[in-house]
Amino acid sequence: MEKVFTKPEAMKPEQTLYCPGCGHGTAHRMVAELVDEFGLRERAIGIAPVGCSVFADRYWNFDVISAAHGRAPAVATGMKRGNPDSFVICYQGDGDLAAIGTAETIHAANRGEHFVTIFVNNAIYGMTGGQMAPTTLCGQRSQTCQLGRDPDIMGHPIRVCELVRDLPGVAYLARGAVDSPKNVIQTKKHMKKAFQTAIDGKGWSLVEVVSPCPTNWGMAPQKALQWLRENLLEHYELGVFRDCEAE
Amino acid sequence: MGEKVFMRGNDAIGEAAVQAGCQCYFGYPITPQNELTAYMSKRMIEEGRVFIQSESEIAAVNMCFGAAAVGQRTMTSSSGPGISLKQEGISYMAGAELPMFFVNVMRGGPGLGNIAPAQSDYFQCTRGGGHGDYRVICYAPSNVQELYDYTMLGFDVADRYRNPSMIAADGILGQMMEPLVLNEYKDPGDLPTKQPWRLGDPSTPEPIWITSVHLGEGKLEEHNLELQKKYDAIERDEVRYEETMLDDAEIVMVAYGTAARVAKTALAVAREEGIKVGLFRPITIWPYPYQQVRDLADRVENLLVVEMSLGQMWEDVRLAVEGNARVHLHGRTAGGVPVVTEVVEHLKKVMASKGDEIIRNF
Repeated sequence: MEKVFTKPEAMKPEQTLYCPGCGHGTAHRMVAELVDEFGLRERAIGIAPVGCSVFADRYWNFDVISAAHGRAPAVATGMKRGNPDSFVICYQGDGDLAAIGTAETIHAANRGEHFVTIFVNNAIYGMTGGQMAPTTLCGQRSQTCQLGRDPDIMGHPIRVCELVRDLPGVAYLARGAVDSPKNVIQTKKHMKKAFQTAIDGKGWSLVEVVSPCPTNWGMAPQKALQWLRENLLEHYELGVFRDCEAE
Repeated sequence: MGEKVFMRGNDAIGEAAVQAGCQCYFGYPITPQNELTAYMSKRMIEEGRVFIQSESEIAAVNMCFGAAAVGQRTMTSSSGPGISLKQEGISYMAGAELPMFFVNVMRGGPGLGNIAPAQSDYFQCTRGGGHGDYRVICYAPSNVQELYDYTMLGFDVADRYRNPSMIAADGILGQMMEPLVLNEYKDPGDLPTKQPWRLGDPSTPEPIWITSVHLGEGKLEEHNLELQKKYDAIERDEVRYEETMLDDAEIVMVAYGTAARVAKTALAVAREEGIKVGLFRPITIWPYPYQQVRDLADRVENLLVVEMSLGQMWEDVRLAVEGNARVHLHGRTAGGVPVVTEVVEHLKKVMASKGDEIIRNF
């Protein structure tokens, strides 16, 4: 019988430890599929971020380094500059990329570093137990905005793609989501373009993945997907924000 | 013998790094080490190597983390306030066992302090500085030649032990010009290969993981105890120091770096005045020559620490002698440099003192 579906070679045969309904597993898999499709497994280096996906090395079947909170773009810069033949995948969450690592993100983008960033945005801090993220929506509740995020006190949710799109070093910038098969397919297309951009050495690329965190949102997985569509996607518009090839 | 040149300390460090095969330099400007970053910005590009002026010290050290992880000789430099920021990355590199070399051209602190030469980062350099149970090999040169030579050695020991190593200089050493012999870098030949662990290398197809996270019960303790074995080996094998006129000494000064230069002149002056004084100069301030300083207490009753900080190394000397000698302190701070005549006066006071009195001069 013909085998029509299997794990990518770039995924280890492990069961992920993510909560039911979490988007990380899907995002990991898309990255792994592309590593296989582009034949990058032996020279790929993933950066496991702080937070829930700190153990990405358990799931990805290629080299992985774990960086300090926010510093992944600097670590990625050092690796890619130190070994230009490597393929570097900087995998970060919203607190990592848009709070503590804002400076590293903006300057790596501005230098046009040749690595790919996969930015998983679930609008909350996962591993530390559901605190407010820079991307938490106005009115959204978290451990550190228990009455709902009040922008007068806590600032506004940051749209990362919109924030960095005017930097000259940015080559490809898109936002997808993992709430539906259609959006998963579209997000993977974005990632594929980002990979190609990095392989071609055209500049910095980022794909934002709007993703559910049922546990810290306090919802069942199905409800979380519905909430994501009705709320997050209102603020975080899907699409391509920069494509140097199209310009 | 190499060519003899006249060179500024900061530049000498840069040239030694280039000669030692530093492939990646990441830095951020701060006085009084700016000449080093400037030197590297030219020489590294000339050599076709990597130079980045980063957006911050934190970014610079994390770029080192990345470059070291792909097996390159990597370096950063700064001064106290910047080294404070770099401690994050240094702790992570110690935890992940990555080699790097960094330079601290010390200035006055705490806080923004000033830009005058100081030895105020002794605690920061010798106690780890960042979080966690770790150590950094730290050389304290006292002239431009040593800045050059210990930079080369710094890369070697970092690679040998897969651990950060550093030079602690001060603003005077960084800025001063001295004659220098450009000794050729000699590969010691016994350095472990990076091939088994460096990332992104297609010749090692099995996935490699570099990390400092160990969450399982007992895992971190196991890892830290392994690190401790390495630190024990470093303490056993890497201690360096210099002794001057200890044979007939009745009192011994302990000083490093620029303060040791002053102490050496004070020694000559005091000897002419009939004071039998010796000088012990730690070259590594971690690993500290505890045993050698302990042995001094068997020869003399009084030691005088001369330093450009307020008793930071004094603590190590007192730890070393374990109460078997009186340890006096001549400390200047915040850009103050010990003055020869004052050090000699201090020696005289100590020689004339009786009982258990500890004389501290600031």
